[in-house]
Amino acid sequence: MINIIWAVLILSGFIVGAINGNIQEVTDAAIANAETAVNIALGLIGIMTLWLGIMKVAEEAGIVKGLARLISPVTKKLFSDVPADHPARGAIVMNLAANILGLGNAATPLGLKAMQELQKLNNKKDTATDAMVMFLAINTSSVTLIPATTIGILSSAGGTNPTNIIGPTIIATTVSTAVAIIACKLLGKLPKYQLKHDEYSAK
Amino acid sequence: MFIKIVEAISRYAIPFIFVGIVGYALTKKVKVYEVFTEGAKEGFHTAVRIIPFLVAMLVAIGVFRASGAMDLLIKAISPVTNLLRIPAETLPMAFMRPLSGGGAQGVKTDIINTHGPDSLIGRTVAVMMGSTETTFYVLAVYFGSVAIRKTRHSLPVGLLADLAGLLTAIYISKIFF
Repeated sequence: MINIIWAVLILSGFIVGAINGNIQEVTDAAIANAETAVNIALGLIGIMTLWLGIMKVAEEAGIVKGLARLISPVTKKLFSDVPADHPARGAIVMNLAANILGLGNAATPLGLKAMQELQKLNNKKDTATDAMVMFLAINTSSVTLIPATTIGILSSAGGTNPTNIIGPTIIATTVSTAVAIIACKLLGKLPKYQLKHDEYSAK
Repeated sequence: MFIKIVEAISRYAIPFIFVGIVGYALTKKVKVYEVFTEGAKEGFHTAVRIIPFLVAMLVAIGVFRASGAMDLLIKAISPVTNLLRIPAETLPMAFMRPLSGGGAQGVKTDIINTHGPDSLIGRTVAVMMGSTETTFYVLAVYFGSVAIRKTRHSLPVGLLADLAGLLTAIYISKIFF
């Protein structure tokens, strides 16, 4: 699916751009965004290094495992292919907690740490595991308690009571997360998306 | 009150994590400095590994946005969305949200300034913003960091969740505001 969507974005972009007569802007956007992508990735180096360092300390001290065991009643059903006290579970919980609190800077490095830990359990290194798909399903559907930036924009535009979007936002994001979890479980059963057993087995 | 508490937690979460981890590790006789640098050395490679995935994704999204193809898509789909009683003004936000966080931020600000921060449309797009994440970006960065190219059902799951979140945002706003 990702291949098709990618091709559609590229092809329709250039074709519509040519028809609309703004092909130069489309080309410029392609080049500019390639640069932006590199800048985003390089911008992650510092924060990534910091969090991977602190997470390693937490791991050595047994904190990550402890955390993983503590919340395993909640995560057991969601990540059944990850052992109960595996550090991946600790990193997943820390990432989700950072997301909920709106700590964007911490959330990404912790999430990437979780992906690294999940990758250690993966026998087919170029293919996503069930646990990875579930983790990203929850992650991309985002549970944020306080949409701070949006409240800021509403308030600077002269909104009378910008914080009243919080209730509806929490409801909407909860629905999207619930749908993500259900869709992940159901779609994972389709033959097309199933892993063959010789390709992958949970350790 | 609720906001104040959450804000305080957010402000103190990271200091608390750092002090807690380093302090506890000391009691466990972990060589904190040495272990920190050992873990930290992976940071550079992780960040650099993301580059090809992020370039692929952001270039495709940039090309699509700059071309005006999104307006065509919105026109094509508007009979269906009209039937579902989705306000046409919110459609750019609905399509931008999964593609680009910055783009969605821009669309949201624009709509809020055009329709007013207290209007139904303005508040609806504000709720839409928080209802879900930038699916394409997250998938590129997270899978990219471990060099996974076969993402299986991740994208359909992410997009279904986006759809559910965005529709809920639109309908719940009609009830609330």
